[in-house]
Parts: sequence; structure tokens; C-alpha cells
Amino acid sequence: MNIVVCIKRVPDTAARIRVTPGGGIDASGVKYVISPYDEFALEAALRVKEAAGSGTVTALSVGDAASAEQLRAALAMGADDAVLLQGEVGMDGLATARAIADEIGERRPDLVLFGMKAVDGDQQQVGLMTAELAGLPAVSVAASVEVEDGKAVCHREAEGSIEVLEVPLPAVVTITKGEHEPRYPSLKGIMAAKRKPLAEKAAALGDGRITVRDLSEPAARPEGRIVGEGAAAVPELVRLLREEAKVL
Amino acid sequence: MSNVLAVIEVKDGAPRRVANEVVTAARALADGLGGEVHALIVSGGGASPDALGAHGADVVYECADDSLAEYQAEGYTQAVAGFLDGRDYAAVLFGATSQGKDLAPRVAGRLRLPLASDVTGLEVADGDVVATRPVYAGKAIARVHIDASPALVSVRPNVFTPVEARRPGAVETVEARVDPSAWKVRRREVLGGSGDRPDVGEAPIVVSGGRGMQDPANWGMLEELRDALGPSASLGASRAVVDAGWRPHAEQVGQTGKTVSPQLYFAVGISGAIQHLAGMRTAGTIVAINKDPDAPIFKVADYGVVGDAFEVLPRLAEEIRRARAG
Ligand SMILES: Cc1cc2nc3c(=O)[nH]c(=O)nc-3n(C[C@H](O)[C@H](O)[C@H](O)COP(=O)(O)OP(=O)(O)OC[C@H]3O[C@@H](n4cnc5c(N)ncnc54)[C@H](O)[C@@H]3O)c2cc1C
Ligand SMILES: Nc1ncnc2c1ncn2[C@@H]1O[C@H](COP(=O)(O)O)[C@@H](O)[C@H]1O
Repeated sequence: MNIVVCIKRVPDTAARIRVTPGGGIDASGVKYVISPYDEFALEAALRVKEAAGSGTVTALSVGDAASAEQLRAALAMGADDAVLLQGEVGMDGLATARAIADEIGERRPDLVLFGMKAVDGDQQQVGLMTAELAGLPAVSVAASVEVEDGKAVCHREAEGSIEVLEVPLPAVVTITKGEHEPRYPSLKGIMAAKRKPLAEKAAALGDGRITVRDLSEPAARPEGRIVGEGAAAVPELVRLLREEAKVL
Repeated sequence: MSNVLAVIEVKDGAPRRVANEVVTAARALADGLGGEVHALIVSGGGASPDALGAHGADVVYECADDSLAEYQAEGYTQAVAGFLDGRDYAAVLFGATSQGKDLAPRVAGRLRLPLASDVTGLEVADGDVVATRPVYAGKAIARVHIDASPALVSVRPNVFTPVEARRPGAVETVEARVDPSAWKVRRREVLGGSGDRPDVGEAPIVVSGGRGMQDPANWGMLEELRDALGPSASLGASRAVVDAGWRPHAEQVGQTGKTVSPQLYFAVGISGAIQHLAGMRTAGTIVAINKDPDAPIFKVADYGVVGDAFEVLPRLAEEIRRARAG
């Protein structure tokens, strides 16, 4: 069972995002992490491999040299090897998907796992686009994935219900939280990670066709007000919702 | 070409509310480009398209097949991509609903076209489509230029308020170019879920509870408030209560949950951590109920009530029920 997990380096969700005049973000003082859903995907991959009893988990990232830090973290969590596709990643998820599909085409893994979305661009698209480019069937937003008889069985979080879907391997699955509490790397894992292979090559991104014109910080919400205390404030609150906000 | 296609989501035989938003967004874009709005309904047949003409669709294409009665990603991707084959559009708009978030990237990938997801604004600049998208869960706002024709876009629910703009909305039937023998994903079963409430990511009114609710058994009070607010209200949750197993992850609002933009958002017993605020700060009106007057949630709330949720909630449900009845 050979699995590729795609992980992206993103600012920590606790980070305050400051926009620079050039239309980028100020990285100083920002801690970078593996995007949370990608950690869930990595956890899912490790469990599938453990259940299969053999195979490899390869962590893959597209980005600049700094992404090696997140790949090392993935190796410390238990991935067997890692590959960094070096290139400049922008807003066009299709370009990222192209680079990943290219690599998938060479490696031909049984299963390719993605996070449901990366929490920087919030595009929620790269996994499914990669599947289309690679000609693989795909299931999105899986709360769990298990492999049986050459099929991936997924619990997909649909609207208001859970769909149990099965898809023949090789396949793409995008992962949501579910029961995927990511494991902490052990000290041994961290030591071992230093010796695990991390390959680097150029990413076949092609031209991105979605470009950022400008980036700004959201307008501050107008100062709100405390309507009152306790249940006694309710009539006034309801009046404001009706007459001022006009939302009732 | 300067026409815009609105891909319509159908539920229980009728276009969903978000469909009118997508058509409204398409109308504004088409007016900027000097083109028509076409709506595409993929379904099992019989979906009533009246509202689409009312919101600005010049033509409604019905692409029906028995195999498409329920959403099935591979079939719908074939149908939409097949429809687009040989037709020229300046832009194709989807709703960024849970279905749209599954369908749009597949269509984009199949057609090798880029996609701007979950946009909150659209404009035409020098004949090209420029979209506004919140990034970092709304901590920053990007304006992006889409250098592709058609420009593929999914629009965030509840943002493009439907506007009446009567057009013919003439219905034309088109062949569904689907091949079920090529579908690889099989649905074994569907678990749980009455599914009668909108997803928290799409609901125009959201009632969210946090750790301040103290026990999952107390959710009855939030349900009562939700019910008082009518059928379009849904429940949300903070991560603390999802992690505690009190509520499903599907209800989580925030940077690692759903990003929501409802018209009205209630945060009850939620402190207002940065990851939670990121997911709901674009709501129209925010109401916070918290017993701690210094809770950060009050900084973003339009209306705050300082107090015990267990005292405030029953009264609030009652007053809202009365207000809506009267
Ligand atoms: C990587 C990462 C991602 C995260 N993503 C998310 C996310 O997507 N969404 C999210 O919500 N959080 C997220 N968090 C967690 C976030 O940091 C907070 O821990 C969480 O939002 C707190 O939930 P809470 O407000 O319910 O609980 P608390 O912070 O414990 O707040 C409870 C509040 O209830 C009030 N209260 C107590 N009793 C009562 C009462 N009787 N009546 C009224 N009020 C009362 C208290 O005053 C307090 O303000 C994330 C954290 C990390 C590290
Ligand atoms: N630069 C990248 N490198 C590796 N994986 C990525 C990258 N960008 C996106 N992904 C994967 O695609 C998923 C969806 O990303 P997105 O479409 O950007 O929200 C992420 O959760 C990752 O699994």
C-alpha cells in the first residue's frame, strides 16, 4: 500500500495576518505549520498503512525551500520519505494540481490523500483537480478512509448526512477532521526523521492563470454595543434586530 | 463570447435558494460584459425553473437524465463538462455549497481551467473577470484576476442578495452527455441526517454554541432558538465543543471548520478566539451572549448581551417567536 499525502506549509491559524504594501503578507513573527487538514490526511495515511501492515507513506509538498521544514515534521510523525517540488505557488490551484499530478504519474501510488482545504488560500480545489488531471476517481471531504479488497471505503461528510462511498484504487481522497487526531511525533520519530530521504526537484507548475491584483485587510467591523444584562435585555435586543438590523 | 452560465443546484425537484444568488451574480456580471445569462439545471428532470427567469436568466437549459436524479459527482461532472463542450462562455458560476465545492473543482480540472473558489464579489475589468475572495479565513481579502475563458467561479452563499430582474427564462432541453458505465465511485449507504436544515455554511441564520453551554444536554435550548428563527436557521459550534464530542465537526465554524457569512449569527457561550472569529466575521449581524463582559466576541458583535445563556436563551426564543408571529 503506497500512499502519497500532499501537505502545504501555511501560517499558523493563530497568526495575525498583516498585509504588506506590496500585496503580500508580512511573514515576520509568523509561525508556519502543516495545514491542519493536511495533518489529518497524514494521520489517515499512517493508519491506512498500519492497517495494511506494509507499504510506504510519502509526504509531498509544492513550495519554496522553506517547505522542507513541514516535510521534516511529516517524517517525524511517521511518513517514510518526502518529496519537495520546488516552485513558486500562487493563487491558481490548477498549477499546483499540475505539479502534483505530474509527480503522481511517475510514482503511481495506490492512494493519494489531500487535506479538504489548505487554510491559507481556502480554495478547496487542489485535490479534486489533481484527480481529474491524473485521471483518478476521487472522493472529497472524507471523515474516514479504510482500504479493503483494493477499494477505499470513505465516510463522506455530505450536507446533513454521511455517505458511505467506495472507490477502487488507485484513487484520490480529500480528508476532513473526523476522528483524525494527529499523533505527536515521538523523540525517536524526530531523530529518525533527520535520516529519512527528502528528495527535491523542480515543480512542473506551468503558468498560473489566477493572479492577485491586490490584498487588503478586512474592514474592521463597526463598533458594536452591549444591549444589556441578562434576560432583561432580550426585548431591547429583539427590537434592535427587527427595527435597526432588520434581520427578523 | 460575453455570456455567463449559472450552474443551478436543485434539491427536492426545485432550484435551491442559492440558485437565485448565483443567477443574480451572473446577471450583474453579464450586464458588465454585455451578454446573456444562461442557467443550467442538471437533474433527474422536472425541476421548476420559474424563479431563474425572475432573477435574470435569459435561457434555462434543462439537462436531465434518470441517472442524475441525485447528486453524483462523476455524473454531474460529465454533464456540466459535456454541456460546456463547444459552447462559449465568458464565465461559469457555481454556488460554493457543499455540492458546489465538490463539483466546481472537478469540472475545472476536467476542462483544464483555473477556478476562483468561494468568492464574495465579482467585477469586470478590461473585459476580464476579477473576483474578490477572502483568504486566511477572512483575515485578508484578495482581488484576483482570472486569465481564462470561461472564468470559473464559485460564489459564497448568502453574499449575493437575490435581485428581481425579469428575463424570459425560456426553457430549452439539452441532452445529458453522461456515461454511467465510467463512474467508479459507488454509494453503499447514507447514514443519519434528516437533512431538512441547510448546512451551516449555507444557512442565512446560524445559532452557534460554545463551551459556555456546559453540557451537550443543554443544546435543546439552542435548538429552541433555532426553531423560533424559522426553517432557514441552522446550528453551528465552536471547536471546543466539537473536540469535546458534543457536536459533529460538520457544524464547526472557524478556520478549521466552515467559513460562514449568514445574515444573522448568534454566538452563545463562545469566547471569540481568533480561529472562530475568522470563520464568522463577515456575517451581516452578529449577536453575542456571554457571561464575561470582557470576552473578545463582544469586539465583533453588533449586539451583545452580558449574562447567563441559560437565562437569556429561553426568553430570547420566546420573544423571537412572538416577534415573528406578530
Ligand atoms: C489549529 C487550530 C485551529 C482552530 N480552529 C478553530 C475553529 O475552526 N473554530 C473554533 O471555534 N475554534 C478553533 N480553534 C480553537 C480556538 O482557539 C478556541 O479554543 C475555541 O474557539 C474556544 O471555544 P469556545 O469559545 O467554545 O470555548 P471557551 O474559549 O472556553 O469559551 C467559553 C465561553 O463561554 C462563556 N460562558 C461560560 N459559561 C457561560 C454561561 N453560562 N452563559 C454564557 N456564557 C458562558 C465564557 O465566558 C467563555 O467566554 C482552533 C485552534 C487551533 C489551535
Ligand atoms: N502547495 C501545495 N503543496 C502540497 N499540497 C498542496 C499544496 N496546495 C494544496 N495542497 C493540497 O491540496 C489540498 C487543498 O488545497 P486548496 O485547494 O489550496 O485548499 C491541501 O489540503 C493539500 O493537501
